[in-house]
Amino acid sequence: MSTSSSVLDSFNIQTSHDLTWNVLPLLHQVKHAMDNLLENNTNEIIDLRSIPLAPGEEDNLLKILGQGEVKAQLNALGPSEIIETQYNGVWLITHYNDENEIVSRHIEVTYMPEILLSQMQDIRSSSQRLSEKLSESQTDNSTDNGQNEKH
Amino acid sequence: MTNNKNLKDRTLGEAMQDHGISRRSFLKFCAATASMMALPPSMIPAIARALETAKKPSVIWLSFQECTGCTESLTRSHNATLENLIFDSISLDYHHTLQAASGEAAEEAREEAMQENWGEYLLVVDGSIPTKDMGYSTIAGMSNLDMFLQTAAGAAAIISVGTCAAFGGIPHAHPNPTGAYSVYDIIKMYGNASLDGISSASISNTSGGSVADKPIITVPGCPPIPVVITGVLTHYLTFGTIPELDHLGRPKAFYGQSIHDRCYRRPFYDKGLFAETFDDEGAKKGWCLYKLGCKGPTTYNACATTKWNNGTSFPIESGHPCLGCSEPDFWDGGGFYKALSVPTIDIPSTVVYAAAGGAAAGVALGALNKNKKSNAIRQHTKTTIDDLEKE
Amino acid sequence: MSEIEFLNWVRGPAFEIATVIFIAGVIIRFLEIFLLGRKTNLAEAKGSEMSSGLRTIVSRSIPDKNTFKRSSFKIVSGYIFHLGLLVTIFFFAPHILLFKEVLGFSWPSLPTAIVDAFAVVSIITLIAVLIHRLRDNVLKFLSSTEDYLVWLLTILPLITGYIAFHRIGMTAPTLLAIHILSVELLLVAFPFTKLMHAFTLLIARWYNGAISGYRGVQS
Repeated sequence: MSTSSSVLDSFNIQTSHDLTWNVLPLLHQVKHAMDNLLENNTNEIIDLRSIPLAPGEEDNLLKILGQGEVKAQLNALGPSEIIETQYNGVWLITHYNDENEIVSRHIEVTYMPEILLSQMQDIRSSSQRLSEKLSESQTDNSTDNGQNEKH
Repeated sequence: MTNNKNLKDRTLGEAMQDHGISRRSFLKFCAATASMMALPPSMIPAIARALETAKKPSVIWLSFQECTGCTESLTRSHNATLENLIFDSISLDYHHTLQAASGEAAEEAREEAMQENWGEYLLVVDGSIPTKDMGYSTIAGMSNLDMFLQTAAGAAAIISVGTCAAFGGIPHAHPNPTGAYSVYDIIKMYGNASLDGISSASISNTSGGSVADKPIITVPGCPPIPVVITGVLTHYLTFGTIPELDHLGRPKAFYGQSIHDRCYRRPFYDKGLFAETFDDEGAKKGWCLYKLGCKGPTTYNACATTKWNNGTSFPIESGHPCLGCSEPDFWDGGGFYKALSVPTIDIPSTVVYAAAGGAAAGVALGALNKNKKSNAIRQHTKTTIDDLEKE
Repeated sequence: MSEIEFLNWVRGPAFEIATVIFIAGVIIRFLEIFLLGRKTNLAEAKGSEMSSGLRTIVSRSIPDKNTFKRSSFKIVSGYIFHLGLLVTIFFFAPHILLFKEVLGFSWPSLPTAIVDAFAVVSIITLIAVLIHRLRDNVLKFLSSTEDYLVWLLTILPLITGYIAFHRIGMTAPTLLAIHILSVELLLVAFPFTKLMHAFTLLIARWYNGAISGYRGVQS
């Protein structure tokens, strides 16, 4: 984010307030989504790549949303950053690829972004992995003939 | 580009599990994919469901009269990790720029892929097809037209990538020396022609193939936005269907709105604030580029939202008017820096010539009228009601 | 023909044809009028032709009380749609660009919202004018096919321009091409129909005043 603004400076690209007419409508949309979440328990996801944003507008939006109480880092097919903004229930989810390039950026208005939840399939295979590990160590124990009891 | 046969039968879900990719990673992949396909985020669960069971389609990529810019664009699409997954999950069986095989082995790969997946493979074409002299562009001694018709006959669908394949592009530009045509035009012209003469002996089951009614998806742009190319491929891979298309065969998800309508500089247009030159106050303040020849109002593409180079910017954001590269005949629009409302012809000289011609004709007519008038006076011609009623 | 080919055609060859017919036609009509000449007035001039002529150009543009009372609708609606035409034709940025290309100089444009409003008002007024013409027996009797053709040719660029600006129904290149084509039709018909009044109006008014001025009477 900081790099992009310095790039804008060096190329003398105007990022004045003249250009930020998309920020306010977006914030209104977020506000409506928050009301909707409280009243109807419905989540809303806004894809920031689907909105025509002027240079500096995204930075501006993110600055306004700010940083709240939660910041989570994901490590799945490259890093991901999940931030609860200073407005509770408004999450900013940025997925990066292995080369740290942004592949998608969403604003999610929800109690908990789904990507943070442990997935049933993953739990299942993890449980499998753990049980394999346990039976492995059991067989290890039995073949060790008690030589390594302290382990 | 794997030749492992049992890999081809796996679904994408299985392929990902084999790669040790967690469900959470998969969900991330789906979120990025939805964004790439320009689908609303609410579609993510549907994408996840579809991707899990999606089969690996065989893809044959033919390059005709083109500059390889489309392939360059594709290979520079920014979602490296995710695209790798996509390309791991399609079987790109023939692409003569990207494939390792060359010469006869390459052509064999194409024929083998056709034979094995007859009626099911996806044919991607970049470049236009010459019709004037078949020698203008050949691959392995086969004319572009023959190779296209032969390969198209067994395709499930054809994707025309780039403006050349989609609309004829630069080779088709006036005066079109090679008689170049788009995939769509070629199919219109030759779609019902017999393939007997060009069927290769090594492909046995090509009989009765007609290309006239093949679905065509056009993905124009010079080049197309990388994620638009992958987005269209992904759509087919994910849902096994053709996305919703506009009247020119362009997927509406990407080409549904004009650059002008999605341009962040649009409010300047409405306020009447324009850059007059590339270095004036207006240009520095980021005002509308209409007067500098921007073709945004007549161009349908996703540049204004998807943007280029990892979402960094797009031509207008960089201060240059849109060339309209994803529209037919963009090269013949009378100049990139000519505003849309200005005629493509040299108006001032037309006006001068027309004025000179008009003056000459007017003087002649005037002399004629004067003559008529003096005759009428001389002969005391009476004015009738009819004369007065004449307007 | 693809839509962009159509657009390129109306911006190119078609525009050229229309320009040639319009310019040559207007000049022919002018020369026809001027070269016909008038008999020299042998009476002694009792006043200035020029000043009286110029004064009349202005004075005849302002209706007197009685005329206004008698045909207020015609006068008000006439002024409204002519003013609307003036604004939409000469103060919309893309149009000014065209004039700059031809004339070599330009002037400031108005915001599109204002031009848009003028266009809408003009369209509505022109429709009202047609309804008035059809409902008034005298006017209806006096109207020829040409009058209706001229009305159509005038309202078409306004309507197509409005639709092209708001992109209603068809794609942008087609709508823009149709709009330009409608203007080309107007240009082609201009010199040979009553549309010529845009030019002859001032000459006629000046002449009316000039006659009176020569005689030394008020016009």
